[in-house]
Amino acid sequence: MLTGTTIGFASFLYLLLLFAVAYFGDKRADAGRSIIANPTIYALSLAVFCTTWTYYGSVGRAASSGLGFVPIFLGPTLVVALWWFVMLKMVRIGKANRITSIADFIASRYGKSHLLGGLVTVIAVLGVIPYIALQLKAVSSSFTILTFYPAIVMPAKVDSVPWLADTTLYIALIMAAFTILFGTRHLDATERHEGLVAAVAFESVVKLVIFMAVGLYVTFGIFDGFGDLFSRAAQHADLQGLMHMGAGGNGYGNWFALTLLSMLAVMFLPRQFQVAVVENVNENHLRRAIWLFPLYLLLINIFVLPIALGGQMLFAGQSVDADTFVLTLPMAHGHGWLALLVFIGGLSAASGMVIVETIALSTMVCNDLVMPLLLRYRWLALQGQEDLSGVLLGIRRGAIVLILLLGYLYFRLAGEAHALVSIGLISFAAVAQFAPAMLGGMYWRGGTRSGALAGLSGGFAVWLYTLLLPSFAKSGWLPGDFLQNGLWGFELLRPQELFGLQGLDPMANGLFWSLLANIGGYICVSLMRRPNAAEAGQATLFVDVFKQGGPSGGALWRGSAQVGDLLPLIGRIIGPERARSVFADYARSRGVASVDVLPADAGLVHFAEATLAGAIGSASARVMVASVVKEEPLGLDEVMNILDEASQVRAYSKRLEEKSLELEAATRELRGANDRLKELDRLKDDFMSSVTHELRTPLTSIRAFSEMLLEDPKIDLEDRKRFLGIIVSETERLTRLVNQVLDMAKIESGHAEWHNGEINLVEIIEQAVASTSQLFKDKGVALEMNLPASVPTLLADRDRLVQVMLNLLSNAVKFVERGKGRVAVTLAQTAEGMRVDVRDNGPGLTPEEQLIVFEKFRQGGNTMTDKPQGTGLGLPISRQIVEHYGGRLWVESAPGEGATFSFLMPCGKSAETPDEAG
Amino acid sequence: MIKATLTGQRLVALFLLGWVLVNYPILSVFDVDRVWLGIPAIYLYVFGVWAAVIALMAWIIER
Repeated sequence: MLTGTTIGFASFLYLLLLFAVAYFGDKRADAGRSIIANPTIYALSLAVFCTTWTYYGSVGRAASSGLGFVPIFLGPTLVVALWWFVMLKMVRIGKANRITSIADFIASRYGKSHLLGGLVTVIAVLGVIPYIALQLKAVSSSFTILTFYPAIVMPAKVDSVPWLADTTLYIALIMAAFTILFGTRHLDATERHEGLVAAVAFESVVKLVIFMAVGLYVTFGIFDGFGDLFSRAAQHADLQGLMHMGAGGNGYGNWFALTLLSMLAVMFLPRQFQVAVVENVNENHLRRAIWLFPLYLLLINIFVLPIALGGQMLFAGQSVDADTFVLTLPMAHGHGWLALLVFIGGLSAASGMVIVETIALSTMVCNDLVMPLLLRYRWLALQGQEDLSGVLLGIRRGAIVLILLLGYLYFRLAGEAHALVSIGLISFAAVAQFAPAMLGGMYWRGGTRSGALAGLSGGFAVWLYTLLLPSFAKSGWLPGDFLQNGLWGFELLRPQELFGLQGLDPMANGLFWSLLANIGGYICVSLMRRPNAAEAGQATLFVDVFKQGGPSGGALWRGSAQVGDLLPLIGRIIGPERARSVFADYARSRGVASVDVLPADAGLVHFAEATLAGAIGSASARVMVASVVKEEPLGLDEVMNILDEASQVRAYSKRLEEKSLELEAATRELRGANDRLKELDRLKDDFMSSVTHELRTPLTSIRAFSEMLLEDPKIDLEDRKRFLGIIVSETERLTRLVNQVLDMAKIESGHAEWHNGEINLVEIIEQAVASTSQLFKDKGVALEMNLPASVPTLLADRDRLVQVMLNLLSNAVKFVERGKGRVAVTLAQTAEGMRVDVRDNGPGLTPEEQLIVFEKFRQGGNTMTDKPQGTGLGLPISRQIVEHYGGRLWVESAPGEGATFSFLMPCGKSAETPDEAG
Repeated sequence: MIKATLTGQRLVALFLLGWVLVNYPILSVFDVDRVWLGIPAIYLYVFGVWAAVIALMAWIIER
């Protein structure tokens, strides 16, 4: 039913679809309407992290170790949170320096070193080729299993198929063709491949959807949901262990090590660097990717445990490899079409990984391995005017085919050997060796080329000895006795328990020792000498990439150059047409009309070098540019001076900025203070005019009556008495007014005298009531008092509080209706202190009036029509007095419903008020 | 810029929190013979923390 031809045809159709997607992506990019310029596509392309090792292998791991597969995805989930700082910096550095691979990143950071770039390339290729082989193996064995459908047969021996009849070889070749077609279309200064990224994002969707479909089928089709599946698994004694930590050697130490390892891998695997840094269109896409990418990882792992446990239950006693459960579970239930889809999903996981990994590795091999060799032997320089872009593309295409064939070869040779099965983690550990040089280079100025070399080679050597060689030994390719007895019989050198360290599993052991050697070597050797000129310059470019106004690369170059030398050089690499167009763009950005009149200064040399670096790597670009320009080498002191100068300028401009900010703040404060002063001035004027107005009214009437008495001696006695009475009462009012103004001024300025003593509020109220009883009687107002029998005493000025009470009582009497008025005085003890309410049934106050009655010279009632009945200072003074003791005075009222003036005297607090009278 | 730094700091804090929650010793607390909602406790805990970390990241970044 599912013959090899059918499956082959389906795979071919799928790959054709992939070509179509990539073609479409490239066409859109050429038209300037990129389809990958959005954060979701970016996040999906990051999911190239999930290879067949995830797709088939997670289930295999889960079947033997329960949660053992989780740290490989938990690490990335956590570390992505740090990308806000770390990955953003990496992307920024990559764009600013035209970095195109990890090897280029490290080589460029440590003084554009060919040796470092080459070393990184070798580590990457050695570490990753077996990983590519793993993908091919997964495709091959899933293909073989599927051909036996409906029977479930494990592929016994892959090499029983002749090489040329092996479909996997052809699938690998199609992948190589795809990579060549969309990965090396032209030599680009940015090395971005839009069609390729579109295809990878598409593959990420395919593998996720298909894996989840299988998961749903197993969980809800074969079983009856999660609960049913897990409860049935719990009844199997051998599966119960999987529901705990520690299953299959999955201890806490191993868990921690794997989490750390996968954190490093997700940043430093060549393919991850390719999609995250090199193919990044816009650094803002990182924002959403930070949570979308982990979400993808979570989704693709939700059904791993159900599939693993389900497979273990259904295939109990049969010899079915757990790595194939994703495929064999649908097959066992007669769903051939679903199994075919699963195969396609696995193919998409494999091809996505293989394509991106080979493009990344081929860039490294070309720029950091082959180019330096060609340059060293003067081969390029001797070729004169020839256009080298074809040669370079040829090298890359050759590298792609070579890498894929090496992967295929490894797969054929390793077969089912241990060396292939455990290779995923070993590859992770290989690329983890890049972490110290990368992270150190981004955050530490002191790292040197020799430090990076020592760290990388030390870490690589330990990795080789503790991880790769043991896996070879277990495959039987090496004599295995050094595993048990150590190298040359030294037990301390047992690779999996190096230096007698026991209790860690081999993976954690290897990771610990290799990273220790790596970080130790990197730091110690770096600290042995100061960075030289080239290292210091590059360190600043990398570490300070976020600082505005930092030195550009051009600042660190001195010499003389000719446009006529540089342009043909660039033209030889990226083609004369493209070279002229990028130079023309540069001329426009410098405000120069044409390429020919460009000043051949340091800026131009830097631009030319950066353009070249995008195509052939920074170290080779440095050598090539140096071959056509006359340079004066800068000493370390000069470099440091330039950098210092730049940082001084930066610091100076920063100080300037701070100063101007301070000035602005000071100006704002001054303006505020000025406004306040103006307001106070206005208030003072208001106050003066109010006071003089208030003084003039009684004065006018005194003067009028005095003049009448003076000029008219014939006034009878009765009238004289009346006039004199008016004069006396107006004088009293004048005196009262003057006293109150003085009083107010004293209190406000803090010069008032306070004769504090123990007082009892009940006594105060009674005294004030007694003083005003005549007023109440005259107007026929009823007074009601609610006073408690005993109250705590307060420390306050007795006369002042009597003044407050008098004021409130006389106000109340003033505003109630003659004969019908009622005034109630209540004293109560509250949590805040002693509270006095004076309630009347007068006309009440509107909300506006409630505000203005406390202002000076403002009175209740309509002052325009009514004769003023007080000085307008009573309430303001009363409020000042109460507030002096830390209390409050306020009014609650509504028009027509009377008013309640209340004040609150805090208990105990008044004792703290300084007795200003002494 | 200040807001962006704050977001970054929140993410770093989340990284540390997540790292602590899914490692020894807290992880060992959930390594018990118990079933929650029909799912073994440790499975539910690990995947729950995983999902919560992602949700928090999304919230920190997108709010």
